[in-house]
Amino acid sequence: MTDLLNRDVELITAGVDLFADAAQLQAARVIRVDWLPPMPGTETDLAAVMADPRRTAANAEAVRRVQAARAMLVDVVPARDALGLGPRDILHAGPPIDWARASGPLRGALMGAAVFEGLVEDPDQTAALVERGEITLDSCHHHHAVGPMAGVTSPSMWVFVLEDPATGRRTYCSLNEGLGKVLRYGAYSPEVITRLRWMSAVLGPVLQAAVRAQGSVDITAILAQMVQMGDEGHNRNRAGTLMLLRELVPAMINTDFPSSDIAEAARFVGGNDHFFLNVGMPACKLALDAARDIPGSTMVVAMARNGTDFGLQVSGTGNEWFTGPALTPEGLFLGEYGPEDANPDIGDSAITETAGLGGFAMAAAPAIVRFVGGSVADALANTRRMYEITLSEHDMFAVPVLDFRGTPLGIDVTKVVRTGILPQINTGMAGKVAGTGQVGAGLVTPPAEIFPAALRALAGSTTF
Amino acid sequence: MSVEHVEARSGAYADSVTLMQVSRRVASTAGVDAALVAMGSELNLDLLDGMRFARPATAGPNDLIVALRAQDDAAMAAGLAVVAEALAARPNPSGSFAELPPRTVSAAARATGPALALISVPGQHAFTEAMDALDAGCDVMIFSDNVSVEQEIRLKDVAAERGLLVLGPDCGTAVVGGIGLGFSHTLDPGPVGMVAASGTGAQQILCLLDAAGVGITAALGVGGRDLSAAVAGRSTRAALAALDDDPATELIIVVSKPPADDVAADVRAYAQTLRTPVHFALIGAGQPDLTAAAEQALTALGADVPTWPTWAGRPDQPRSGSLRGLFAGGTLCDEAMVIASQRLGPIGSNIPLRPEWRVDAKKPAAGHTMIDFGDDELTAGRPHPMIDQTLRLERLAAEAQDPATSVILLDVVLGHGAHPDPAGELAPAIAAMGDDVAVVVSILGAKADPQELTEQAGALQLAGAHVFTSNAQAARFACDLIEAAR
Repeated sequence: MTDLLNRDVELITAGVDLFADAAQLQAARVIRVDWLPPMPGTETDLAAVMADPRRTAANAEAVRRVQAARAMLVDVVPARDALGLGPRDILHAGPPIDWARASGPLRGALMGAAVFEGLVEDPDQTAALVERGEITLDSCHHHHAVGPMAGVTSPSMWVFVLEDPATGRRTYCSLNEGLGKVLRYGAYSPEVITRLRWMSAVLGPVLQAAVRAQGSVDITAILAQMVQMGDEGHNRNRAGTLMLLRELVPAMINTDFPSSDIAEAARFVGGNDHFFLNVGMPACKLALDAARDIPGSTMVVAMARNGTDFGLQVSGTGNEWFTGPALTPEGLFLGEYGPEDANPDIGDSAITETAGLGGFAMAAAPAIVRFVGGSVADALANTRRMYEITLSEHDMFAVPVLDFRGTPLGIDVTKVVRTGILPQINTGMAGKVAGTGQVGAGLVTPPAEIFPAALRALAGSTTF
Repeated sequence: MSVEHVEARSGAYADSVTLMQVSRRVASTAGVDAALVAMGSELNLDLLDGMRFARPATAGPNDLIVALRAQDDAAMAAGLAVVAEALAARPNPSGSFAELPPRTVSAAARATGPALALISVPGQHAFTEAMDALDAGCDVMIFSDNVSVEQEIRLKDVAAERGLLVLGPDCGTAVVGGIGLGFSHTLDPGPVGMVAASGTGAQQILCLLDAAGVGITAALGVGGRDLSAAVAGRSTRAALAALDDDPATELIIVVSKPPADDVAADVRAYAQTLRTPVHFALIGAGQPDLTAAAEQALTALGADVPTWPTWAGRPDQPRSGSLRGLFAGGTLCDEAMVIASQRLGPIGSNIPLRPEWRVDAKKPAAGHTMIDFGDDELTAGRPHPMIDQTLRLERLAAEAQDPATSVILLDVVLGHGAHPDPAGELAPAIAAMGDDVAVVVSILGAKADPQELTEQAGALQLAGAHVFTSNAQAARFACDLIEAAR
């Protein structure tokens, strides 16, 4: 029974101000909702999904599974073994795409990978092979993997292996190459290929030996700590990188590799502030994959971009991608690059926002707010705004400046459609011409229309 | 040479009541001939056509339309300045480090804990907001109408599962913890609990109890459809249980139009199982009127039944002719029709007692008629007549001009949410009438209401109206006058 008659009356009002005013005049405590109509044309689908009797329990279960997931780094291996890739299979970020629609940086990265794998001698031969089907493309997400920016992962590249010990579920991500002219930003010059060869020949094996000697490294624990050390896990991973290095260096030193290789590996990892991104991302995916395929759940389980399309996957709608044109980020540019040089949004790294990090944890990373074009107050406002569209707050990712409130977790399609507030994504910017590399970093959102599309599919799946 | 201004502002939004008040304010600016400030719904775009404004090229339901016609540029500028001032956002807490206002009920509840959610968004969005409120553990009062019966049932079933209460949809009145919600009154605490499927019916009884010095624990509106066969008293039962559980409630009154037969039997059977006695005040032929129901409740409580306050007006002898009722409250109109039809015969109405008595509310009256200005057909695109009396004032003037009119019967509803000074608008119109037409008013107000009951009644009396606090007595007095004039 309601206890309405046994407590002091507090009101939450949505709608006509007159009634809120009248209650306030009677000295009632009134919290006014700043209500606005939902995205146009969505009211029928919203009502259908809100009426779905499975929804609240399904979303609670989705959140529970994300919170319960624990990501352990358990191995480092070549992608061909872990992901079951044939010699001509190459994975990329975002929803599936063919060569004709692929953007410059994705094409550049595919060209570099084709050279790296010895499939072509001249990068320009890559297009013909892909178009003839002699190189096959697929989404990282279809293989339990994620990749930042172009996300290109080929059989000879090494990948981190993350595992949730409770379920045995695994996810994968390539090793981070650093900043500037790198494959994931679409560069494919000889220096890029040389670095990739060293990573496969030295870095991967050294890390493998260290991780295997160590047993495992608790990545979820590092994520929780780094959020309290000024990282948001997407555009800033400095603390996370150093904590990972701290875990691995003793074991690295104890391996049988030449000390020069160990020193070079340690210098490479420690000198790349983004090295941790490629273990943070699969940790996020591991948690979100646990929440997939719960009938009736309106929670987003993946946001991913291929440089042309922005794709969304939702727990209650299985593996269907809801796609729209990727937007171009706004932010700051390196050197003489400007907005006209930037490619539309690219990469699987929005998995961090999907899991409550990145733009959602912006309040935790005041050091980079200016880099992504804003003030500390904007960063606080960003994180606070994301609570409006999420189902819960992260149990482990606590934001000091918000009094250790957990980061906003679990994007709810219905809340995005109702409020019109789009997920805020922190991101790097790739040059739109293949081979350019990174041109800047900034902020971006998904295209709004993919959320009503996902809502429509959820409405079609209701049983009420 | 008049000037016109029409624009569609995308991304701007304000609720319809606010916008209609803005439109009126702007239209009354000196030199402004016509003004419409409204969201670009199809209904409002039709209104725009009717006012001979050109439709903006790309206006959708989420765009704010600002259309003005003024006598010259200076008047236009003044009008637009009034629009800007009226629409100026309520200032948010200062500084960008401050919390942002919540955008959904669940976000508000996450910050403050569950509370009573008062939903008055446009009807097509009300179900979503109400379900969100229930998800957040809130009891819900839905003022909005146009919620489907299937949605109403779903909300009430979910509320029952979670031990929450849904008041409404289309719930016009509630008093909880001494706070009046929607159209309601400031009432003393006391022994009576009320469950109301009728807003103004509940207000009548509450105001009479107030006049008798008897207060209430709570008044819980359940929506006009709650006792229908489909909804089957879902919220009535939950509200009865909550009141029965409340030790301060000594007697419960259920106010409703006569429910579906089997629902009535079920609810009566349920009421028998409660510790607290339950009185039923049902509006309809063969039932005691609302005043009688209030008197029975007073007697049951051992309280004195007072003489209900009246203020005598003039004339005592109008010319022979018809009774014309102009009501803001649907239940009050119903009650008056039940009383008058027994004395005077058929009463034409837009909410007729019998289908064959239906008349078009927008056409001049013939014979005895009573119009409910709160009916959906007359409130589309404008505020409820308790807030905005424009249509009723126009009709009042027309009825006064009609040589067939003998007596005009009006209701005036005071309290929270209602017009701040209804008598101030009605009194001049009443005073302007000739001595051959009588005006009879039933006024609903509590002693502590912000409009001051005695001042409002006094102003109407001074203008010549006969004023009653009992709607049934007002209706009977109007019939007396008609019969005496024959």
